[in-house]
Amino acid sequence: MSAAGLAISPAAAARDRREALTAWLFSLPALALLSVMLLLPALAVFFVAFTDWQLGNNSIHFAGTANFESVLKDPVFWTSLRNTLVYAVVVVPASMALGLGLALLVNAGPSLRGFYGAVFFLPFTASLVAMALVWQILLHPTIGPVNALLAMAGLPTHNFLHDPNLALPTLMVIGIWQLSGYAMLLNLAGLRAIPPDLYEAARMDGARGAWSRFTLVTWPQLGPTTLFVFVVSSMTALQVFETVAVLTKGQPARRTEVMLYTIYNEGFVFLRTNYAAALMIIFLVVLCGVMLLNVLTLEKRVHY
Amino acid sequence: MARRPDQGRGSAILRHAVLALATLVFCIPFIWMLLTSFKSRPDIFNGGIDPWPRQWGIVENYSRILFDVPMPRYLLNGAIVCLGIMALQILVAAPVAYALAKLKFRAARWLLPLIVVALAIPAFLPTLPLYLAFRLTGLISSSSGAFGNYAALILPFSISAFGVFLLRQHFKSVPDELVHAARLDGMSDWSIVWRVMVPHARPAIVAFCIFSVVAHWNDLFWPLIVISDNTYATPPIGIIAFVNESVGGGDYGPLMAAATAVTLPIIAVYLLGQRFMADGMALMGK
Repeated sequence: MSAAGLAISPAAAARDRREALTAWLFSLPALALLSVMLLLPALAVFFVAFTDWQLGNNSIHFAGTANFESVLKDPVFWTSLRNTLVYAVVVVPASMALGLGLALLVNAGPSLRGFYGAVFFLPFTASLVAMALVWQILLHPTIGPVNALLAMAGLPTHNFLHDPNLALPTLMVIGIWQLSGYAMLLNLAGLRAIPPDLYEAARMDGARGAWSRFTLVTWPQLGPTTLFVFVVSSMTALQVFETVAVLTKGQPARRTEVMLYTIYNEGFVFLRTNYAAALMIIFLVVLCGVMLLNVLTLEKRVHY
Repeated sequence: MARRPDQGRGSAILRHAVLALATLVFCIPFIWMLLTSFKSRPDIFNGGIDPWPRQWGIVENYSRILFDVPMPRYLLNGAIVCLGIMALQILVAAPVAYALAKLKFRAARWLLPLIVVALAIPAFLPTLPLYLAFRLTGLISSSSGAFGNYAALILPFSISAFGVFLLRQHFKSVPDELVHAARLDGMSDWSIVWRVMVPHARPAIVAFCIFSVVAHWNDLFWPLIVISDNTYATPPIGIIAFVNESVGGGDYGPLMAAATAVTLPIIAVYLLGQRFMADGMALMGK
């Protein structure tokens, strides 16, 4: 596109200037909205976290690290962080494994591929608030079919969402049900992108069984997909909110208190603005740490 | 993967058996939701594992959410907010994506990294300052009407860094010759964006629109923060309002009717655009 090697004529220079001007005009709305709706607010959180300001206050004072100290001294924060990490440590690998397994099965034969793909992705598209309420009925202690089934089998029934030992695992099951379809869809796309020649070459080299085809070709070739699914699934799982807000409200005994729900309550219900800002920053650091860990451990997988 | 000779009829049957079982497990919540919304109140309270209604309550349940609860209003709010967000996202993203993909300007060197940084910002981070700003400017208050409420729901999502990035990737694959030819025909850059670039990237745009609509139809966090007047409730907030009103009443039939009304439209949107999804997503990592 450029007049490389030639002396730039005045006409060409004017054209370049016009092109740059057009580019600027085209970028300006996006840049303005990006700044006002995303970048400046994100920076403002850092600012508020170091002040004593709460919504309604008329004055604002520098508070140093006081907000961070009170977050770190709050047992609710530690409970919340632990629950969030435990939730993600179960939900992410489980939904990724299930998603990969389903993708391999769907991809293994030609018939009904589109149908299965669509079905498994449904939970990811459906409103989680609505589906959480459906799960509530499925798991209902008196009218729910799950407990009816347990009773029929002679097993003890449970009040799944109110039992301190079962509430978080129950939310995990809903999370896995919802997230696996996403992992499956991306893995299907990844599987389709693998050149068939690679399987041919592996066969020539004597890899005859399905397992050796998988370990020699499929798994290494899916590396970038796995990394991407891992990052998105971790982000989604660590920011679990809907099921908690609708079903358990952090209870029983704070066993389902999770970070985003704590942030929501502090920032938007109790209006402890400065405290919520500090919570957000700490949670952001945790998210960055988890991502860094993910990328570092999985990078070897990608650059096999 | 093509079918291999060593893959017999047996393995095909096994594949369908496992997948059919998985389909059933994945779909039980949907089936239960739909059939419970057809059951009468006593039928629901009988419990049991029979999904099929013995005593139908379809008219009571659905007339309740259509006339007693403003569910149609919630669905309308959802449609307004989702279409507003989607239209703004495309309107804002397509020109800048074209500038980044095809035009020469020095700012592109830092604008693209800035987009990538924005892509990594988790959605909860800007909500606190935005909420404060909207409160302090009076955009959201007890007296704000339709404009303030819809604006508060739509504006924070008017820019999608993901959308800009996705469109830029796709616009880049449009041959430069096509752009030159369009310019020689006397087309302005603005018309090139909408009449050459956007049609070329249509699968990706459709995929992006579906993702956007699905995400914002189902979003709970931000609407929960800004909606104080349920007249402007989006579908998830509407359902929660319904639960709060009928708490203890055990109105599970109407509740499942409401859940069905919220879920069906978004599933329809997804299924209609589903064939574009694989194409759009497969090109994403390029």
